[in-house]
Order: sequence, then C-alpha cells, then structure tokens
Amino acid sequence: MSDDPVTRFKAPVRLDYTVTAGSVTADFLREILKGRLVGRRCPDCRCVYLPPRSACPTCGVITTEQIEVGPNGTVTTFSVIRFPFEGQVLEPPYACAHVLVDGTDTPLLHIVGNCDVDDMRMGMRVRAVWAEELKPTLASVRYFEPNGEPDVTYDSFSGHV
Amino acid sequence: MSTPVAITGIGQTRYAAKRDDLSMPGLVREAAKRALDDAGVDWSDIDAVVLGKAPDMFEGVVQPELFLAGALGAVGKPMMRVHTAGSVGGSTAVVASHLISSGVHKRILTVAWEKQSESNAMWALSQRFPFAPPTTAGAGGYFAPIIRAYMRRTDAPEHIGWQVAVKDRQNAALNPLAHLQIPDISLEKVQASPMLWDPIRYLETCPSSDGACAMVMSCEDDGHKDAAWVHGTAMRSEPMLFAGRDEVSPQAGKDCARDAYAEAGITPADIDCAELYVPFSWYEPMWLENVGLAESGWRAVDEGRTALGGDLPINMSGGVLSSNPIGASGMIRFAEAALQVRGRAGAHQVDGAKLALGHAYGGGSQFFSMWIVGSERPS
Ligand SMILES: [Zn+2]
Repeated sequence: MSDDPVTRFKAPVRLDYTVTAGSVTADFLREILKGRLVGRRCPDCRCVYLPPRSACPTCGVITTEQIEVGPNGTVTTFSVIRFPFEGQVLEPPYACAHVLVDGTDTPLLHIVGNCDVDDMRMGMRVRAVWAEELKPTLASVRYFEPNGEPDVTYDSFSGHV
Repeated sequence: MSTPVAITGIGQTRYAAKRDDLSMPGLVREAAKRALDDAGVDWSDIDAVVLGKAPDMFEGVVQPELFLAGALGAVGKPMMRVHTAGSVGGSTAVVASHLISSGVHKRILTVAWEKQSESNAMWALSQRFPFAPPTTAGAGGYFAPIIRAYMRRTDAPEHIGWQVAVKDRQNAALNPLAHLQIPDISLEKVQASPMLWDPIRYLETCPSSDGACAMVMSCEDDGHKDAAWVHGTAMRSEPMLFAGRDEVSPQAGKDCARDAYAEAGITPADIDCAELYVPFSWYEPMWLENVGLAESGWRAVDEGRTALGGDLPINMSGGVLSSNPIGASGMIRFAEAALQVRGRAGAHQVDGAKLALGHAYGGGSQFFSMWIVGSERPS
C-alpha cells in the first residue's frame, strides 16, 4: 500500500447525440449526394451563402432561392497545419483554406489537396474534387485542388477576407 | 444617474501549467480570498457573486458553478454565471460592475477561472462539426488564416509577430504570477521555434494555464484612496458568418471600443496603457487598430511604442501570451488595467498611469468586452 495522496484520476467524458439537419441543410445535403454544390441567395442583399443559411444574418430575411455554384473557387486565405494533435483526422502538414466558391459571397472553410503546402497562395484558383462515394456531408468534397487557372489579384477578393 | 463603481480589491493566483496543489474550488477560493484581503472586507460583506469561465468542455466539468458556491461564500446569496466564450472574464467583470452601477447591489465579488490541466482545450476546440470537412484545428487553426489576411492587407513584415512574442515574455519576467518565464527570449528564438499553424509559430502562441482572478467592486471606495474607478464599459457581439464580414477587424470590436470611450468621455489618445486579449502575437497589432489605439498596429509595434517603456504600453503583465487560464484571461486583462491605475502593478507598473483599457474577445471574434478604468472617481 502506498501512502502517496491521490491528486488526479482520468474520467473520460462521452456524449452521443443526434443532429437534426433542418430543412435548408437537408436540401443542401441532398444536392451533395448528386455531386452538386447548391447555395442560397438572400432576396434583399443578393448575397449567396454556401453552405446555405435559412436566413441572411445581415438582413434577417428568409432565403428562398437555391442556386448551383462552383465547382471552381478562389483561395482567399489559408493556414498550413504542421503539427499533430489529439483527435486529428488528416496527417500534417495539410492546408486549410477559405475558399470563395464561384457564385458565392461567403468563403467556405475546406482542405486544399493535390498541392504542395509550400505552393499555397492567396488568390490561387481551385476546383472541388468529389469522393467516389457521396455521403450527406460537405466532406464528400474530399478537397479543393489547383485547377490550372492563373491566380487572381488580391483586389478581386479583398472584400471577402 | 448611475452609481460610481470602485474596484477595491484584486486577487490573482499564480498561473501555471498544472496547479496540482489545488482543486477547482481551492483555485477560485485562493483568488477570491486575496481579493477580499486586498479590499479589507470579509465574506459576509459581499452581497452577490458573479462568476465566469469558458465553455465547460475546456475542463470537462459541466456547470462547475453549482459546486463552487461554498468555496466562494455564496451560499444563500445571489450568484450567477456569465457565458461569452473567451471574452467571458471581461464580460463577467462588466456584468458585476453593472449590478453596482444600477444600484442593485452595494458590494460584489467577481471571479473567473480555468483549470486547463483538467482537460484538453485543443481537443475541445478541434471537434468535428456535423456535415463538415475535418478543418477544425484548435483556436490557432481558426485564427491563422485571419492573421495571414491581416499581414497581406497591411503589408506587415513577418518579424512583427516575433517582436510581440518577445516583448510580452520580457514583461512576464517582471510579473511573478506569470506562467511562462522565458528569460532568454529573443527574436531568433521565436523565429526558430516550430511552425504550428502557418504563419503562427510555437513561441507566438499562448500557453495552457491553470489559474483564477477575482475582484471586489463596491459603490464606495471603502476607505481605499487607491481604488480604481470604472469610467466606461461595453459589450458587443456579431455573427460568426455573414457576407462581407471583416474577420480581421470585426465591426463589433470597433463598436465596442467606441461605446467604451464615449461612456468614459475620452478619446483613444487619452489611454495611458492597455491590456488587450492577445492569444497569438499578431493579435496585438490587429486589436490596436480595431480598438482605435493606433492607425497602423504593426508600425506601433515596430517602433517599440507598445513596449513597457514606450508611449503606448500594451500587456505589461505579459498578457495572454504568458498566462492563459482561458476563462480568467479576460478578467486578468481587466484586473491588470485596474492595478495600473492604482499604481499597484509592481515591476510592470507604467509610471503615472491614470486611464487604462482592459479588453477581451471570444469565440470566432464574435464577443467583445471592454472597460476603461481610472485613478480618479468619475465626475
Ligand atoms: Zn441579405
């Protein structure tokens, strides 16, 4: 028997839950299953949200119009994750980018793949690469990859960073 | 007319990676007792207790306030918890001050804390969102692209982040409570530290700390000639995502600052020093611009203006970059601002500081809270 005091013990916490997508996200995910990116447009400010929002956070009005966008887009800014951490899914280094998908007004946070992380640039043109098996998640876009088009100027997207 | 609010007592624990010597109740009690002793009052002199801490998942204890009433002398008294993510320490102090300025209570104990060693905040901040790709990578993963956008927008040179990282650790060496003590910190050392979330290097990030901060606020100075007085408070928020959002310099932060200066009846130029919530070095120049303290934040850093000996000292205590018990980090900013105008900041005191700013932000730069404290009772 040890007389050492107990100062700490591990008590793992676990929580299982069911998420209800809601009708707008459900519509979006159904389109994902067809390999299409479909956003929603605000009737007032005309901004297109991807993933779609049921209401425009700026105008406070319900979005009604669905609009197919992409598959190309522009990297507005990014980070390269260069270290391992608990719960990490991808192997570092990998690039996380704000991708302004063509036809939208809100950058999407996604992975950029098929590209040396040291070649990442703001203004880089990319396209969505779909998984072979599509599931109802935005992760069905495996990543965005360089699409071969020349970089666009910073001024052309500076209002979105 | 609202009642003037005096900060008569300030108590902080020492900050460390692991406070194995104390349970969570022990940790908050250490800070609270020091604040009461500083104010020269007893538990029975307190009318209500206002608590704040970051989201429960950060330390794995759900609604910890429920088991802290005893440790904080709150049994039978009003007690409430404020909940605004990383800005919570600041918002908690603001809410506590309003309970006095509104005339509801006469004397309040406010406490904020985090015992990061009891869980893993990096893990908690890297949970996958439903229907989303695996892009979450802690707070740094969220803020790194925004930092890159600031660097591009302002053409800031890379070394600015290193300068802030060095300056805050030099300040921490003057603060015996600070967690990180890196006496040989240098630009070379920061530059050579591993790249984590490009462009953020290891020594440009905040540590994970255990610690608590507490304040006693009163409608009187309780005989303390060196009490700090609240001159202005403000809180603002904005959605995390909307078209045209300026993530580098959020509108809510600008509005929050404008409200605080207006209530204090001052302009940013009147501020003698500030404690800003800077968890990654680049947020010093970014917030300097956002709260209106400098037109070019990075130039203010580059010219040495934000150093302890400069004309606009920032994070004299060593800041979040040196001690980060998340839930308490905002309140530490507010308390350190108050210590400065009381002339009680010890080796990291700014000579003759009369007006100081405390600032906190949280979430995806969604929540902002600020206060302006002064050495004089507001007229
Ligand atoms: Zn709109």
